Amino acid sequence: MSGAVLSVEELGVRIAGRQVLDRVDFQVGPGEFTGLIGSNGAGKTTLFRAILGLQRPTSGQVLLEGKPRSRRGGAIGYVPQKFLLDPDLPLRGRDLVALGLDPGRLGFPTRRRQRQEAVEAALAAVDAESFADTRVGRLSGGEQQRILIAHALISRPRLLLADEPLANLDLRSAQEVVALLARVCREQGVAVLISAHEINPLLPVMDRVVYLANGRAASGTSEEVIRPDVLSRLYGHHVDVIDVHGRVLIVAGAGPDADMSGCEETVSHDGVAGEVIR
Amino acid sequence: MSVAAGFLEPLFAEGFFENEAVHVALAVGTAVAIVAAVVGVFTVMRGQSFAGESLGDIGTTGGSAASLVGVGPLAGFVVVDVLAAAAMELIGVQRVRGRDLATGIVLGAAIGLSALFLYLDTTHGSGNGSTVTILFGSIFAISSSTIPAVVALALVSVALIAALYRPLLLSTVSPEIAAARGIPVRLVGAVYLLTLALATALAAITIGTILSTALLIGPAAAALRLTTRPLRAMLAATGFGIAAVWIGIVLAYDSYYWPPHEHGWPVSFFVVALVFVTYLLSGLPGLRDRRRLRVLDRAEPVAVEP
Repeated sequence: MSGAVLSVEELGVRIAGRQVLDRVDFQVGPGEFTGLIGSNGAGKTTLFRAILGLQRPTSGQVLLEGKPRSRRGGAIGYVPQKFLLDPDLPLRGRDLVALGLDPGRLGFPTRRRQRQEAVEAALAAVDAESFADTRVGRLSGGEQQRILIAHALISRPRLLLADEPLANLDLRSAQEVVALLARVCREQGVAVLISAHEINPLLPVMDRVVYLANGRAASGTSEEVIRPDVLSRLYGHHVDVIDVHGRVLIVAGAGPDADMSGCEETVSHDGVAGEVIR
Repeated sequence: MSVAAGFLEPLFAEGFFENEAVHVALAVGTAVAIVAAVVGVFTVMRGQSFAGESLGDIGTTGGSAASLVGVGPLAGFVVVDVLAAAAMELIGVQRVRGRDLATGIVLGAAIGLSALFLYLDTTHGSGNGSTVTILFGSIFAISSSTIPAVVALALVSVALIAALYRPLLLSTVSPEIAAARGIPVRLVGAVYLLTLALATALAAITIGTILSTALLIGPAAAALRLTTRPLRAMLAATGFGIAAVWIGIVLAYDSYYWPPHEHGWPVSFFVVALVFVTYLLSGLPGLRDRRRLRVLDRAEPVAVEP
């Protein structure tokens, strides 16, 4: 793909003798919504750290818009895995958003009018105006997440990375966050790469999927990737893919000798709840 | 005597405005209160109060060593605090898990040295109360020749915090996001630690090594309870700090005429007591909020682990 925002090329990362990522290769095009799916320990966070330049690859490379990542930052917006901010932090939501404009610059901010307009636009993009004047640490988890997304968006990045934004969310909140990120992707023209261990909430909005298991990755459209042959090759043992009213269940091999060890994601959890997405 | 002076007489004991020691104390106290407030706001936000307290205590080593070799205490505080901050940085004070360990190890070693130096001071040195001066401060005993050094160190500290304001603030909120934006989080943290060492050394000459942390943490913590913006917190903390130091100086000067007669009470006592009261009072406006928060905490549904 020419003109890709992000190219991960034959990326390998070895940490303490363990091959965490093994020849991972995929691209994200401009304005695309990509889901990075994998169970805990599949290497999602390491992959994000490598993309952000915080983890040195042992082989391969990461290119941003065709160039190696520079230290200047700004090209990538990053929403870290959900963490709760200190409730006593003397910072309103809008202050944290404004801090995303140019956090590396020395001295105090100038050009207040321009900054204010940018902050308002970023807050509007994530529907956060109503709670922008409250201390960030006193906001709910979902509200803090919106503020952090606005913080990441305000520097107008070409790529937005969100690390497990759906973790610990109930089904409805997860759908809201997915809808919000999909809207941001469309309206701001920013490519979104979001990691998750559950694929179903993302199925309706994903342009492409990168499926990570055992440090290796398969990528393409969900029709190309979420197939028994592709996933079985990735997991190294037989995996069934069952379609249930537009959702998928990924189930470890059914035979009596089936090895379940490498296959953590046996049954999707919202399937258990008996609710239907879309 | 003018009307104003007559009105002020009960507040300010005789000779207050003519006394050179008072002038020096006010000048030094003001500069120190400003630095302590500006640096202290970040100390509280970063949860590094223990490092601040420890650097204060560690200054005792510098003060007692300076007294042994016959130089002013400020030089001793600055040299030892900066060295101690560097040692903490190397051992790993910036990592959340290594933080208390790094601080504790350096603190222990330094206090051991203090024990030796203070012992030598009392047995071989001039022995005229330098221990009490180092530990609890003696702002009226500061020589006016110290003022240029105090002002210079204060300017350096405040300038560093002002320059690093944005990167430091983001590193404080989330080191992860800051690193992802290309901010050298460790370097920024190290420079901040340097300003903390300088601020602590300055606070130590004002109210003593053990009490220095009160001036550093107290006004900042009070201010942070009252405002939702870091810059305003710095301004409020500066106000609280200066007020505590000034009122403390006035009361200490007046106390010369209080019982027991002819023996003034220590300034440090007044300053620390005023800071403590300020902190307690700063909690009042937030009382209702906090009660509501606690209720919310209880009402929050348990997160569902997927």
